[in-house]
Amino acid sequence: MLTFIIRRLLQALLVMAVMSGLVFVGLYVVGDPVSMMASPEATELDREEIRRNFGLDRPLLEQYAVFMSHALRLDFGRSFLTGQPAMGLILERMPATLELACVAMLMALLVGVPLGIWAGLKPTAWSTRGIMTGSVLGFSLPNFWVGLMLIMVFAVYLGWLPASGRGQVAQLGPLSLSVLTLDGWSRILLPALTIAMAKCALIIRVTRAATREALPMDYIKFAQAKGLTWGRILRVHLLKNILIPIVTVFGLEFGQVVAFAVVTETIFAWPGMGKLLLDSIITLDRPVVVAYLILIVFFLVMVNLLVDILYSVLDPRVRLQEAKA
Amino acid sequence: MSEPAVLTADAAPVPPKPETPWQRLRREFLANRLAVLGLVLLVVTVFVAVLAPWIAPQNPYDIGKLDIFDSKLPPGSHSADGAITYWLGTDGQARDLLSAIFYGLRTSLVVGGVSVLAALAIGSVVGLVAAYFGGWVDALLMRIVDIQLSFPAILVALILLAILGKGVDKVIIALIIVQWAYFARAARGAALVERAKEYVEAAQCMSLGWPRVLMRHMLPNCMPPLIVIATIDLAHAIALESTLSFLGVGVPVTEPSLGMLISNGFEFMLSGHYWISFFPGIALAVAIIGLNLVGDHLRDLLNPHHAR
Repeated sequence: MLTFIIRRLLQALLVMAVMSGLVFVGLYVVGDPVSMMASPEATELDREEIRRNFGLDRPLLEQYAVFMSHALRLDFGRSFLTGQPAMGLILERMPATLELACVAMLMALLVGVPLGIWAGLKPTAWSTRGIMTGSVLGFSLPNFWVGLMLIMVFAVYLGWLPASGRGQVAQLGPLSLSVLTLDGWSRILLPALTIAMAKCALIIRVTRAATREALPMDYIKFAQAKGLTWGRILRVHLLKNILIPIVTVFGLEFGQVVAFAVVTETIFAWPGMGKLLLDSIITLDRPVVVAYLILIVFFLVMVNLLVDILYSVLDPRVRLQEAKA
Repeated sequence: MSEPAVLTADAAPVPPKPETPWQRLRREFLANRLAVLGLVLLVVTVFVAVLAPWIAPQNPYDIGKLDIFDSKLPPGSHSADGAITYWLGTDGQARDLLSAIFYGLRTSLVVGGVSVLAALAIGSVVGLVAAYFGGWVDALLMRIVDIQLSFPAILVALILLAILGKGVDKVIIALIIVQWAYFARAARGAALVERAKEYVEAAQCMSLGWPRVLMRHMLPNCMPPLIVIATIDLAHAIALESTLSFLGVGVPVTEPSLGMLISNGFEFMLSGHYWISFFPGIALAVAIIGLNLVGDHLRDLLNPHHAR
């Protein structure tokens, strides 16, 4: 188990190094960030000054070597735009994104799993047809457009909920969270709902498929024969056995949601790290983009690792081995 | 297959012609109403996109024809000179929205279609080569695929476009890079099964070169699952392109895709001009739903476990 975890982490390090290298070179070729930083009336001398300050006058390989040697000490450079440490900028925005992703995934899970089980139990019922049609819509409708339409209905026409921003946050230790205030809830609801609709559709499908697979199994029949109530069979016998595919999808999708936050956060002006990435890409703020990528690779690997470990917790038959990876 | 009964020549009833695989596929496909609905949606979308210049009431690219007084008109209003009825309203630049959607569908479908075809071609070759040679070739190629697939598509595309810049061709390149890995993995899976079959061995015994064995013998047998993936992937590609254009890193303003139209409408939406974003989104959804329905059903039909 320990060797398994260590090997996965080493792999992650390799991917992080390769990715950061590719992006570093790629963004280096694209353009001169100095034109973004210098004021329009800056002289050539000023520009030289900026270049020297940020080490942009040195050859590419040297720049990369300097970057990497700093990165090993967890220093990912400073934003070209604000001069703040790049990683600090991102970490500052990270709780907002994670909070949004968690609320969205919880909403998707709380609605998706019961509906999925229902659809699996009654494959021919009209309600199931409705659920399944809804789920096709859920992942077919372009997500950003769903967000816009939610704003239109709930913010513009009904005026129930605000359309953008994060609103009031309350401090919980080092974190500032929206879900602790009423104003925060009113603002997180729409973006979270936008994400949840697509993810819920997926969870319904997975749960339904798993339920249909588990139902004809002997342990369900045996539980019925023992005279257990359906409620207990569903909660104890069925749910435990269909958890593995649900956890898998949940884990993978959680990573996707954090990455896709770029879109949702742009629509709802949610001050998370996705919005920061998009702004940094547009302004060629290379350190921030590279630092974001390193962080997200690390994050995705950790989520996957966690899912793998959860397997062995959920199902004692699963042994973590390198052979399968 | 059932055994032929021994019959005397005169009593033999005319045996029903055996169904070809294509006929069976067509019959089973048409038996599902949702799939047929998807196909109809798809055909309508493609028709509209292809025929846009002939059926659109207005050429939205022809700036000379646009009258700025007609901008942001609600659906069903008439143009100032009374020549056109704007059935779906006009956008901020006084373009007839219906025409803009027709032309936008064109851009969206072309970008999606070209990128999926190219990704299909590249991915199939990579997957087949990996399965055929095995060993370190396989390990290397599949590791690359794994790494690529561990990244969310939207992130990869976003970074690529940051490097490549704007433009229809750039978006297509980015989408190809994002998608080829799906096809490579699927093609490898299918090819591994085919590789063990006797016809491959027979082809090798005839000392045909490996490119020929791969392309002429194995590839046709690996196609069915790849076609299914391509259908569903086309839906993904169209959605991804529109998302990128919405974020402002996709197609340029001069060739608005549906995502661009929706993005343009965003700024007017808060003042109640809902139609500028609403209708392009519906068009996008119709195309994507059509593709998903068709792809879903094809997958069920071509699945070897499918009960016949």
